[in-house]
Amino acid sequence: MIYFQVLANGLILGGLYACIAVGFSLVWGVLNVINILHGTFVVLGAYVAWFAYAYFGIHPFVSVVIAGAILYVIGHAIQAGLINRVIAAPVLITLTLTFGLDLMLNNAMLVAFTADYRQVNLANPLPAIIIGPVFLPGDRVAAMVLAFLLTGLLWRTLRDSKIGRAIVAVRMDREAAALMGVPVARINAITFGIGALMAGAAGALLSIVYPISPINAPIFLGKAFIVCVIGGLGSVPGAMVGGIALGVVEAFGAFWFGPEHALTISFGLLLLLLFVRPGGILGKKGYE
Amino acid sequence: MKNWLILLAGTGVLALLPLLGDNYLMRLATMVAMYVILAQSWNFIGGLAGYPSFATAGFFGLGAYTSAVLQGMGVPLFASWGAGGLAAVIFSALVGGAILHLRGHYFAIASLVTVEVLREIVNTTPDITGGGMGLNLPIMRMTVAEHATFFFYSMLAVAFACMACAIVVHKSKLGFALRCIQQNEDAANILGVNAYLYKTIGFGFSAVFAGIAGAIYASWVHYIEPPDVFDVLISVKPLVMVLLGGLGTIFGPVIGAFILLTFEEFVWRTFLTVHAAALGVIIVALVLFLPNGVLSLTREKLGLRRRAAGEKR
Amino acid sequence: MTALLSLENVSRAFGGLRAVDGVSFGIEAGEILGLIGPNGAGKTTLINVITGVHPANSGRVIYDGRDITRLKPHQIAKLGLSRTFQIVQPFPKMTVLENVAAGALFAGQSPSMAEASREAMEQLRFTGLASVADKPALSLTLAQRKRLEFAKGLAMKPRILMLDEVNAGLNEAEIDDALAMIRKVAEKGVAIVLIEHLLKVVISVSNRIVVLHHGQLIAEGEPSAVLRDPAVVEAYLGAKYAARYGGAS
Repeated sequence: MIYFQVLANGLILGGLYACIAVGFSLVWGVLNVINILHGTFVVLGAYVAWFAYAYFGIHPFVSVVIAGAILYVIGHAIQAGLINRVIAAPVLITLTLTFGLDLMLNNAMLVAFTADYRQVNLANPLPAIIIGPVFLPGDRVAAMVLAFLLTGLLWRTLRDSKIGRAIVAVRMDREAAALMGVPVARINAITFGIGALMAGAAGALLSIVYPISPINAPIFLGKAFIVCVIGGLGSVPGAMVGGIALGVVEAFGAFWFGPEHALTISFGLLLLLLFVRPGGILGKKGYE
Repeated sequence: MKNWLILLAGTGVLALLPLLGDNYLMRLATMVAMYVILAQSWNFIGGLAGYPSFATAGFFGLGAYTSAVLQGMGVPLFASWGAGGLAAVIFSALVGGAILHLRGHYFAIASLVTVEVLREIVNTTPDITGGGMGLNLPIMRMTVAEHATFFFYSMLAVAFACMACAIVVHKSKLGFALRCIQQNEDAANILGVNAYLYKTIGFGFSAVFAGIAGAIYASWVHYIEPPDVFDVLISVKPLVMVLLGGLGTIFGPVIGAFILLTFEEFVWRTFLTVHAAALGVIIVALVLFLPNGVLSLTREKLGLRRRAAGEKR
Repeated sequence: MTALLSLENVSRAFGGLRAVDGVSFGIEAGEILGLIGPNGAGKTTLINVITGVHPANSGRVIYDGRDITRLKPHQIAKLGLSRTFQIVQPFPKMTVLENVAAGALFAGQSPSMAEASREAMEQLRFTGLASVADKPALSLTLAQRKRLEFAKGLAMKPRILMLDEVNAGLNEAEIDDALAMIRKVAEKGVAIVLIEHLLKVVISVSNRIVVLHHGQLIAEGEPSAVLRDPAVVEAYLGAKYAARYGGAS
């Protein structure tokens, strides 16, 4: 029966992973940019939630909106001002550019906030949910539900709104979209902004689960990447499936082999998948 | 011919450096030689074939640890360095077989992950490698000046070999094949280029010298630990240097190495806490304003046509 | 007479779509074979099957008495099967000469870079591109790029040359030039497979024609006879048209 508990842990983790990854996947799929900044964006979102809680007593679930808004502005500005200038360049160039930007932003955060771990300890935590032998901390469940809601909201936005359709059009064929009157440069900026927004929102949710520090940024980036490889690129359902799959695999891996091997297990899974199915388990071809 | 003359002249001038007797300058020159090796190594796979490899730190660290462990077992110095290079080549063949069918971002990240895997392996085998505690190497019985001179010449010799190799490869069938692959891999296959084979060989070239450099580095500093030799920056700096000097050129990596090290020495030392951000600034400025490297500046001044037009919109 | 290349019941599917479905035919040395069919008939896929880009799911490709069904594209190229692409695929930043030399060096019989350059120059002269040899490939016009593809194919010293829409987008004078070149190559004993949209062009140059429709071979034979075949008329113009005019001619 312990397996139900492990599975539940995995699902909670997976919901958060999906939320971390979906913005990364969107940017990769639509812009063909690997956004190395993504992990730092997540951490920045977590800091917004931490400061909002520590100084103003704002609950991190409310800060999701604040963190998302702040990160959207940053993301939009970075794409419009910098990345758009080299968006047509080869993979190496855009990858290197976001890497350079990440060094700057992450270093700035390290100087401003130090490397010390911080955590949001809620004064009034939600009660735990107990179903038979399964024990679920209320706040984590709430964070997972919010993560899925946000991801679902993004999905609806892409499907139903005018901006969303324009983003999908750019993803499918940049030149055709431009010919149809889609302002591609602006859509690029909005897409990158949304990617950052999702990272910031995920960071705010994570602030009650994970310790916060700039040095954790690469971990989140790695998770986002693995989820994308599992689920396939640029699709919201892919990121959901990938996130849940990674969460469950990590939970069981930690249970069977010990938590210190969780990282090795995810990397092993990643290498295996890259070798067998570089298109993701949903089978969608990556956009090269 | 011209390339050989430049290489011989440059190496010859540098080789006179110990006459000045300045150990600080010698340390810098050793670093430059090491950077040249790493940058040129990356250029084989990243510049010529266009495969954005982040595996350099893996080759470097593997070379360092192989040589350090072997020296601990009593293997002579030079043999252990050779073994470091050999280990890197074998590793590159194994990994290359698995990840060189990936393209673009997928290859970049997969190569990055191989470094993490190596680091994890070292961390989890403390009996052999010392794990996270690091590993001490035998101290050599030399004066400070002898020590500095010995490692300077060692690194310089490997840098020379690496550069010579680059000159030969650029002119060879291998170099031509790698350039074809960089331009259009599918078309290259149809023209009879065995892309997989040539990429694997190119990857091997990018491994061997980096592995030897890692081995020499380990002996030079006496002590290695996983975060030091498997540092992601060891994978990133070569790429920055090559971009600085010019992608896929023979002497671009050398120019990039000099510029980067000069910058590191004179700027970062002054602002220690933000040295990562300073590197970030260089990278961003480089990508936005000089995507074809500093050599392209002089070429434009001379009024020659830029080969790599169309990289920027 | 045994065929230089023969396809035996070759099929290739993508997911549920059978792009090439049980196709068999042969090609002989020096022959010009027209491969025609409506859009989406599987012509390019068939070339991809032969050259190993998308190997056959079933059936065999026999070349010069040897089964090449499972060989890799670069191995097949070295054996003497070369092709051009419908959408031209030059190495954009290399010179025209280097583009052609690559074919000579890696698939042809040129042992050295210098030898490959000489061979490449010869093909450039043959295709009329000698004057632009040192220009980067991306500076060429469409007609020149089509000829560059042709020169690359020739530099590989092929025994079979597959030309995928080399005439598309060219004007009449350019097409005439291209056809003259194709005939000259065939006279040297090279088998030519010509994928072509313009029926007029195919009829004028081909010795024999193979018609694909929905991945299946629906007709094969001497050009004028094939074009009178009711199945071919139906495939191109629809059943109604075939019923009215098909039997009349």
